[in-house]
Amino acid sequence: MDFLSVLQIIVPSAIFFAAPLIFTALGGVFSERSGIVNIGLEGLMVIGAFVGIVFNLTFAETLGDLTPWIAILVAMICGAIFSLLHAVASITLRADQVVSGVAINFLAIGLSLFLVKKIYGKGQTDQIQVGFNKIDVPVLSDIPFIGPLFFSNGYATSYIAIGLAFVVWYFIYKTPFGLRLRSVGEHPMAADTMGINVMKMRYMAVMLSGALAGVGGAVYATIISRDFSHATISGQGFMALAAMIFGKWHPLGAMGAALFFGFAQSLSIVGQTIPFLEDVPTVYLLIAPYVLTILALTGFIGRADAPKALGVPYIKGKR
Amino acid sequence: MNLSRFSNVFIPLLAVFLGIFVGSIVMIVSGYNPIAGYSALIYGAFGDQYYIGETIRQTTPYILAGLAVAFAFRTGLFNIGVEGQLLIGWLAAVWVGVSFELPKIIHLPLAIVVAALAGALWAFIPGLLKARFKVHEVIVTIMMNYVALHVTNAIIRSVLSDQGFKSEKVYPSASLRSDFLESLTDYSSMHYGILISLLGAIIMWFLLEKTTKGYELRAVGFNQHASQYAGMNVNRNIILSMVISGAFAGVAGAMEGLGTFENISVKGGFTGVGFDGIAVALLGGNTAIGVVLSAILFGALKVGALEMPSSAGVPTELVDIIIALIIFFVASSYLIRLILMRFKKEGE
Repeated sequence: MDFLSVLQIIVPSAIFFAAPLIFTALGGVFSERSGIVNIGLEGLMVIGAFVGIVFNLTFAETLGDLTPWIAILVAMICGAIFSLLHAVASITLRADQVVSGVAINFLAIGLSLFLVKKIYGKGQTDQIQVGFNKIDVPVLSDIPFIGPLFFSNGYATSYIAIGLAFVVWYFIYKTPFGLRLRSVGEHPMAADTMGINVMKMRYMAVMLSGALAGVGGAVYATIISRDFSHATISGQGFMALAAMIFGKWHPLGAMGAALFFGFAQSLSIVGQTIPFLEDVPTVYLLIAPYVLTILALTGFIGRADAPKALGVPYIKGKR
Repeated sequence: MNLSRFSNVFIPLLAVFLGIFVGSIVMIVSGYNPIAGYSALIYGAFGDQYYIGETIRQTTPYILAGLAVAFAFRTGLFNIGVEGQLLIGWLAAVWVGVSFELPKIIHLPLAIVVAALAGALWAFIPGLLKARFKVHEVIVTIMMNYVALHVTNAIIRSVLSDQGFKSEKVYPSASLRSDFLESLTDYSSMHYGILISLLGAIIMWFLLEKTTKGYELRAVGFNQHASQYAGMNVNRNIILSMVISGAFAGVAGAMEGLGTFENISVKGGFTGVGFDGIAVALLGGNTAIGVVLSAILFGALKVGALEMPSSAGVPTELVDIIIALIIFFVASSYLIRLILMRFKKEGE
């Protein structure tokens, strides 16, 4: 097996595994940039996956090939609505943001499994019949070497995820909205003094994170698991959180980290078939994303600094 | 009555009440009978000796996991890593339990101590990173949870079994099970671990409330800078707090490994006990007695839930919804405190 064919196995599957992480990590960037810790990404992904699958199963016959797209949209809306709980608790009611996130995770898995059992009478949904089709990106897939590696036989959602990272970067760094968002996360009192509505910005940021995590969960469920059960989302949300931190709270960094984590995940799955990797125990590949994140935080791989006001409730008039 | 002391008792009770109340609304909306549901829950938790035994068995690791979270909280640290420390402790306990046979009086305490040390070691890392590099412990402990999950699975496959899915059963000399308790509770899986959990609660109370070191730990939790100026070594206290918290978590793992399961098997996901420990600690107000009481409540909820599908048709997950709601209500106690303050002011 030569090097190129090895790459042809690994790279597309890395992108395939990375897409849900990218969406969710971008959501995390919005929330944390505004100063709200969102440990609830995992639970929001659960909601996205649940809604994505249930909608798909229910409407596949009437909507046909459009089903997965509309399912993702609905999952996005439901994710945003569900994240309101986190927003109300942590912004208005000044709850500990980590605790509120933990509660979101509990509630999401409890509620969605409760409903699955109520609707289907068992702990697991059926497999969806209508998924996404693999596509070749026009023009780009004809480029020699790079084309077949990166732009052929992939899912549209993966390319949307990568494109979205650039959109979010533009949004956060090049627009007034982005400047306000970042200022609210760094120094809310200064932002407030300048007439920015801190509460409103934070609510919007948390809901954006819910929407994107919902998309991430739905994409994961539609493409990778194709059904919903208690184990569908098991740690992807936390891995996305890790990607966001490893990417230093920057949209493009988060995307890069998510791609890298996807790469590690795909190695742990396809690694057994690749000559020089088959001797590496999979456990090293499985723990790599987490160990790297810890090292990045510690400063061994470039220091990662969180937004200054992260995790601190903003109380008007309090110094 | 003192307002803060009153609200310390009132808020958890109100949170539990609201959680159960919203739970019954969820049941009504989804077409179940809440009275039947809760009757099944109560019967499934306390209905006869067997159920009581199971509830006590479930309460055992909850107390220790709750103590672990609470201990760290009191020093101003959030240990989300109890789940990982528990897994490592579980693994260590079973490892000692299957490796050699010793007289029970040495073997059992040895297995528990090794589990405590293993959990402490796993928590030492985030403690050290927090003290030395100012890295937030929440993120590190979350990451350490996943490292623990994958590492224990790998060790179970390669060391504790021959590429199998579970270890051997621990030797009887390391087991917490007893024929006496089993016959008393109609062959439930209750074991002597409950005594160790209660001892843990007493140790935590004594350590925090009655020793100089405990005073220092609490001082660091209240105000790091003040403690620093008072001559306390904040960094060392942070590490110590995480280590003790991890030791509690490790012993919680030993309860599962030496009592409930008597082995360890490859896990597809987390046990959930460590995360439930967060709920237990929060509801218990991070005090030893509060943790014991809320662990009994959560143990009863979890065990009682198993009876709900068969006798009332209600999915067990209803209990997870109730637990999540209780956390929400406790965490959002600002609103409740605000209302209480209003009442107090008007009363004056």
